This record gives sequence, structure tokens and C-alpha cells, in this order.
Amino acid sequence: MSAQPIKPTVDPSGDQDHQPSASPRRGRGREIAFEVIALGAVTAAMMVLVGLLVSVVLDGHNRLNAEFLTSFPSSMPHKAGLKPAFFGSLYLMLLTALFCFPVGVATAIYLEEYAKKGGLARLIELNIANLAGVPSIVYGLLGLAIFVRALNLERSLLSGALTLALLVLPIVIIASREALRAVPPYVRDASLALGASRWQTVWKQVLPIARPGIMTGTILALSRAIGETAPIITVGAVGYIRHLPKDIKDSFTAMPIQIYDWVSQRPEATGPDNVTFQQDAAAGIVILLAMLLAMNGVAIWLRNRAQKRLK
Amino acid sequence: MPVRLRRTMEWAIEQLLRLCAVLSVATTIGIIYVLISQSVPFFAEAPIKEFLTGTKWTPLSASKSFGVLPLVMGTLWITFIAMVVALPAGLLIAIYLSEFASRRVRSTIKPALEILAGIPTVVYGYFALLTVTPLLQKVIPELNIFNALSAGLVMGVMILPMVASLSEDALYAAPQRLREASYALGATKLQMIFRTLIPAALSGIAASFILAAARAIGETMIVAIAAGMQPIIAWDPREAMQTMTAFIVRVSMGDVARGTLDYHSIFAVGLVLFLMTLGLNSLSLWLRERYERAYR
Repeated sequence: MSAQPIKPTVDPSGDQDHQPSASPRRGRGREIAFEVIALGAVTAAMMVLVGLLVSVVLDGHNRLNAEFLTSFPSSMPHKAGLKPAFFGSLYLMLLTALFCFPVGVATAIYLEEYAKKGGLARLIELNIANLAGVPSIVYGLLGLAIFVRALNLERSLLSGALTLALLVLPIVIIASREALRAVPPYVRDASLALGASRWQTVWKQVLPIARPGIMTGTILALSRAIGETAPIITVGAVGYIRHLPKDIKDSFTAMPIQIYDWVSQRPEATGPDNVTFQQDAAAGIVILLAMLLAMNGVAIWLRNRAQKRLK
Repeated sequence: MPVRLRRTMEWAIEQLLRLCAVLSVATTIGIIYVLISQSVPFFAEAPIKEFLTGTKWTPLSASKSFGVLPLVMGTLWITFIAMVVALPAGLLIAIYLSEFASRRVRSTIKPALEILAGIPTVVYGYFALLTVTPLLQKVIPELNIFNALSAGLVMGVMILPMVASLSEDALYAAPQRLREASYALGATKLQMIFRTLIPAALSGIAASFILAAARAIGETMIVAIAAGMQPIIAWDPREAMQTMTAFIVRVSMGDVARGTLDYHSIFAVGLVLFLMTLGLNSLSLWLRERYERAYR
């Protein structure tokens, strides 16, 4: 018995895993007051979220129709539509995934499965942590100078996608590393013991187990990418484009750009039924948010399914 | 497959993976190179001393002044307002989630905070300009349509989830024995939180504050939409202000020709922005490693 460590007191409800219950009498009044204030802060944040969603839906609901989705931008608010922006965002997302997914996963594999601790790995790690904090518009400046100007890709879909890929690369790397780290070491040991090479182990054993986590991280990174505005403004996306991009070297627009363009229009410009560009912007926001919600839903579904399987 | 080929392939794969990993370092080098090399022509025309101390920013007009201070001041003002919102609220929410909330409450609040964190900034900009500003104008009639106040408030909401979640991590990471010891000495729960837990988690909490400040300084769309485009040193948050990021957006919106002063000015401003956020991010990382080392 004496070898047993003393177990910390655990809340008998089993609800909280790390909180011993305090003496119930002293300071109880203040404690309740504090809890009320804290709950107030939580409620205020939630109310802002609800207020934001409600105001956007109220402003945009009468513009949410099929015509809005299938029309090109226009100088008249009641005729303006989201079509090129919607497809622009879609293409941008696919291209971004094409660049950031392989590079991000490869980097994660290198750091988790190959690199020795210290030296280069440490440098890369620090670097990724710092890159994650670089403002997105600075990536836009990088894209402008390198992709648009130096590589002469012009203000194209390709320049935009490459810029966004660099921007979300740290997110893909960090998420993939976590997914790889969650794979138990005995999987690798068993595979290596059976004579598999390191790459065979990674490719055939480790990656399949880590795949849901990697996919979840990538989807979240892409949802960040399609919500970004500033970096693709610098790279040259414009709000008034009346065609769909023909190829990856074509000029483009995207949903956040279109929304920004509409928000900044003069509010006096109205069409029939007092339709304003601001209402167009709100409708665009509803569609953008719906798309992000769907992507996040898929990511969460993947994660839950994987967790269930592990159990 | 012959053993020799197998070995070569393994080697080649490892090199390929390493190449990808090195790309992230190349990105950083690229950013620094681009910002410096592209702002050199700007500094050829604008003396660095005037850039850092001048109080007028009109690099694009006929009579040119190159003092970046108005943009820096605008940025700091709005960041300050955002921090006034996000720090207390974020820390309160973190304490609540870590020390009070039941598992069920946690599992509703945390996803809601994640949604708040995932909303695109252009949407927050819309919200600031078209919902918050009109509301505030009912209370403060002299509020300009474009103003620092509502941009700052909404930005505070935007960075709130970051403060809450990183501070909660720091509180959660504080070892159980500290809580036990504090209670054993007769502390109430609030005494335990404020005299033991928060001091113990301080470097982690500070790291979250600093990271949030860096995020606010680099935020672009809220300020570009709602704070206005006047690069003047203003002391009144009811007035319009221009931040460094908003200036870059404004210049980029017009198709800037290569080699012009306009083109190089956004890189000079970007360099200042990058240095400020890099400094804050590094400080935050250092603090975070400190608490992670202390309790592991």
C-alpha cells in the first residue's frame, strides 16, 4: 500500500478531471459573483456572434436567389451576382490544395519521421512557428514581388493560389505533425521489425492511420484560405470581373474580394426595391459562411469518425 | 527490387522530404529579402530619419512627406482598443472554462469560440461598418462613419477566441499540485485562482496577450473597411484613422505600376509591419517555451 502515490481529490461528480472542491463556505459569495461576471463575458461574445449572423441574414436575404448565384457583377446592385467570385474561390481553393497539401505533409513527415532532434529540425520548427504569425498581407507582398513580378505570372489565379498556399502551409504542417505524432510508436516498430524500410513503414503503415487527422487539418487550412482577402488584393484580384477564368494564367476574383468591393460601394446607389450593394455584400457573406460551415462540418465529421475507430 | 536500388530510393525520398521542409525556411528568407530589396528604392527618396520621425504621410501626393508615424499611430490606437476588449474578456473566459465550467458547458462554448475565430475578416469588416458603427452612432452622435472605435471593438471580438484559448491552455497546464497546495493552505477558490494559478501561468497568459496584439497589428480587412483612409495622427478614436495594413490595401487596389514610388512604399510599410509582428511573435514564443519547460 505504501507504494501507492497519494491520489489528488477528485470532484465526486466526476465532471471535472482536475479540480478539487474547495471549502464550501468561505468566499462562496464572491465566487458566485465572479462566475456571473465570467458567464457575462461568455454570453457577450456569443451575442456578438449571433448579432453578426442575424444582421447579415437580415440584410442579405432578399438577394439570396438563383439569379444572384448565376449573374456577373454589374454596375447596378439589383443585377449584380456572385458567379465569377464563387468559381474564382473554388478554383483558388483547389489550386491552393494542390500546392500546400503535398509540401505540407512532406514537411511534417520529414520533421516527425526522419529528422534528428536539434539542428536543422529545430530551425525549421522555430521558423514555422514564426511564419504562422506573419500577417497575411505580408504574404501578399511576397506574392506580388515573387509570383506576379519576378516569375512573371501576372495577376493570375496561379499567383493567388501560390500565395495562399504559402500562407496556409504552416497550418497544414502543424496539423499533419500532430496527426503523425498520434500514431502509436509500436506501429512503426512492428513494421520495421518485419523488415520494411523506413519509407515503406511511413507510406503503408503510418500515413493511413494519420490520414483523417491530416485531412481535417488540410480542410481547415483551406477554409482559412478561401476566407482571406488581403493577400489576394495585393496579388491583384479585382472586384469587377465579367468572365470566368479560362485557365490558371487568367485574371480572377474571389468571394471575399467581391464582398469587399460591394461593401465599399456608395450606399446611395440603389436599384428597384431599394436593393443596395451592401445587401449584395450581405448575401455574398451568407454564401461564403455557408461554404465555410460545410467545410468545417466535413472536417469535424472526419475527426469524429477517426476517433471512434481508434476507440 | 535490388537492395542497392531500394537504398537509393530511400535516400532520394528522404532528400525530397527535406527539400519540402526547407521550403518553409525559404519562405521566411523570401519575405525578408523581398521586403528589404523592394523598399530600398523607397528609402533612396525618403530619408530613413524622416520616415521614422516624420509626422506627415503623403508619399503619393504631389508634395511628398514620408513620416510613417501616422500609420503606426493608427495601427497602435486600434490595436489598443481591441486589446481593451479582448484581454479582460478573454482571460475571464479562460478562467471560467478552465476552473468553473462543467465538461458539458465547455463542449458548447469552445466550438462557438472556434466559429468566432473562423469568421473571415472581411465579414467582421462588414459588421463593423454596417452594424456596429450605426449602433454606436445612436450613443455617440458625433462618431464618424469611418472610425477607429468600432474597428477596434470588432477587432477585439476577432482576437478574443485566441486570447481565451491560449490562456486556457496555460492555466490548464499549471500542475495540479499547485491547486492542491493552495487549498491545503486554506485558500478559497478565488484566492487559489488569483494568487496561485494566475501567477503560475503568467508567462503563458502573457504569451497569449502578445500573440493577440501581433495578430491585431497585422489585421487588414476590418480596418480597411471600417476605420477609414486618413493618414493623420489623431487622438480621438471617433475619427477615421489609417493603419499600415489599410495603406497597403489602398495602394494595391489601384493597379500599381512596377518601379514607381507607390509600389515601393507598400514594401517599406510592410517591412515596418513585419518587424513589429516578428518581434512580438518571437517574444510570445519565448515566453511560451518558458512555461512549457517549467511544468514538463
